[in-house]
Amino acid sequence: MTNHNGTILTVNDLKTYFQTEDGIVKAVDGISFQLQKGETLGIVGESGSGKSVTNLSVMRLIPEPPGKIVNGDIIFDGIDVRELAIDEVRKIRGKRMAMIFQDPMTSLNPFLRISSQLMEVTRLHLGHNKKQAYDHAIKMLKTVGISDAEERIDSYPHEFSGGMRQRVMIAMALSCDPELLIADEPTTALDVTIQAQILELIKDLKARMGTSVILITHDLGVVAGMTEKIIVMYAGKVFEQAPTRELFATPANPYTKGLLKSVPDPAHEQGKELYQIPGLPPDVAHLPPGCPFAERCGYVQEICRTEYPPFIQINEDHHSLCHFAREVYAESVQERQAK
Amino acid sequence: MLSFILKRLFIIIPMALLVITLTWALIRIAPGSFYSGEKQLPPAIEENIKKKYGLDKPWYSQYLLMLGNVTCRTLAEGEVTKNGLQFSIGQTTVKCFDFGDSLKYQGQSVNEIIRRHLPYSVTLGILAYLLALVIGLAAGIIAALKQNSPLDYGSMALAMLGLSLPNFVLGPILVLVFALGLHWLPPARWGNLSNVILPVITLAAIYMAYIARLTRAGMLEVMRSDYIRTARAKGLNETTVLLKHGLRGGIIPVVSFTGPALAGLLAGTVVVEKVFAIPGLGNIFIQAVLNRDEPLILGIVAFLSILIMIFNLAVDISYGFLDPRIRYE
Ligand SMILES: Nc1ncnc2c1ncn2[C@@H]1O[C@H](COP(=O)(O)OP(=O)(O)O)[C@@H](O)[C@H]1O
Ligand SMILES: [Mg+2]
Repeated sequence: MTNHNGTILTVNDLKTYFQTEDGIVKAVDGISFQLQKGETLGIVGESGSGKSVTNLSVMRLIPEPPGKIVNGDIIFDGIDVRELAIDEVRKIRGKRMAMIFQDPMTSLNPFLRISSQLMEVTRLHLGHNKKQAYDHAIKMLKTVGISDAEERIDSYPHEFSGGMRQRVMIAMALSCDPELLIADEPTTALDVTIQAQILELIKDLKARMGTSVILITHDLGVVAGMTEKIIVMYAGKVFEQAPTRELFATPANPYTKGLLKSVPDPAHEQGKELYQIPGLPPDVAHLPPGCPFAERCGYVQEICRTEYPPFIQINEDHHSLCHFAREVYAESVQERQAK
Repeated sequence: MLSFILKRLFIIIPMALLVITLTWALIRIAPGSFYSGEKQLPPAIEENIKKKYGLDKPWYSQYLLMLGNVTCRTLAEGEVTKNGLQFSIGQTTVKCFDFGDSLKYQGQSVNEIIRRHLPYSVTLGILAYLLALVIGLAAGIIAALKQNSPLDYGSMALAMLGLSLPNFVLGPILVLVFALGLHWLPPARWGNLSNVILPVITLAAIYMAYIARLTRAGMLEVMRSDYIRTARAKGLNETTVLLKHGLRGGIIPVVSFTGPALAGLLAGTVVVEKVFAIPGLGNIFIQAVLNRDEPLILGIVAFLSILIMIFNLAVDISYGFLDPRIRYE
């Protein structure tokens, strides 16, 4: 099915729960977003907010049991991924949607040569023979900036540095020229200088190959120059959703404001301790009736503890899950003008 | 790699000497001797025999003599013996690895006795080893794949049973059921393949069970790892994910166990050969201990311990083939 509106991925009211001894963990609880072709979406949130589970659900990679997608639609290029037989999902995975993971040290198989791990993807999906797959693997390694690819392709993962391994992961993910690339915290485990290089590489490859990208991170600083729009997740829910520029300029949610404050700012004094949102994320197995952020929020009122907040529309593409979204937004606009 | 192997082979020498020394000392310290049996020998004859085997000398001379014989020494003037490995350098003849003659089996050298009885034990051991490995791995992998299914519970219950039944209990039970009850298999002794089945199962059971459990745990652990998720994210089917990506890491615990398993199998043959009246090394060893046949005990212990050390080395080397991260230094 061709699509008319240029949407590559639609996720609608996705709920993915885990059955644990501690009760039902509502890791993802009603997430919706859309990704246009060629667009980059940032998914931001503290650790445990459900970013990975959201995207593993899209790839149908949730371990079942204990996990289960209990509700929602996942429409990839017109295909209802949730309804697909697992064999059909496998034809899409690695070919049309690919994923790179947080820890490049553990995400590559330590027992197999890089060549073997790269070649199996194109042999499977593109029907390459050994020679074609090998040549393609070298080409991909060069594409991700490993210039001595011919010498290094038969190495094992442990012979590469962390940054190099992440390049290999990216080469592997992009082997079949996928339409969607999901990068789950691709730089979190890397040194700061390497982080910048990897982000630059993703940006560059995306521009060249026209891939749509979902970039997951817990660091708003990472997505600033990379994405067109951002969703902010907390406790399995979308707390704010906006075009990147607008989210940075005029956030309408106290949680987003907290995240923005905790971005390291190189312009600021060095020795100053980094801001941290007080408290800890809630236990998603036992959420209180009101706003899950209430206990940590500087704007908290009585209503926040008793009533679940509404998802308020601020502007055309800007929504915020907060009883006082408009007030917070107005404050942000004021601060903006004051600068 | 080569230097690693040479180094390890070299370490075997002092280790073997230590084992020999300890065994020798233990035999000496233990009260009684070959000659203190039921049949009382006339004192004159006993004197003669003791002289012949050098037992009249002080303990340190005896020890040095024994050490020389079991390692290497030059033959004395006019000394005639066929035992051990002999070769000449110019005028002098050197003799190595001579454990002497058995005290009990007159005129038979220890080396010859070991050579004669070893094949039975090796056959039992290798068959049991293969059986344990094949069935254990298969059961473990299937149990891991079908985690929490009846298949998983069934095989793990069976493994639990295998672990808790000692071989001297399992052996007689198998004989009762399959030989004396059903008449499917012979109850004992050596002959054709049907004779081997019960002793091999008896010997293998506990290792089969242990390997099954190790494999299951190893596979479950590996199948949760990040690189398995990566493999799935590539669109590979579950069989490829399991066999190409999972198996190697999953069976590493099993490989570590193969060293101790061999030692255990060798010890196990002692009991199993006794239960099934098989004339292997284990059976001979029991006889040797009961007879206080010092040279024979020493020879068998030395032989088995060196065998185990070599096998452990082989296990360590095989790690390198399984896991490319391992470097030999
Ligand atoms: N396999 C699992 N079993 C049980 N709970 C899980 C599992 N995977 C994730 N969760 C839970 O789901 C929630 C969201 O996790 P995740 O999506 O990994 O967070 P993030 O990627 O935002 O850091 C967490 O509370 C986590 O404990
Ligand atoms: Mg995550």
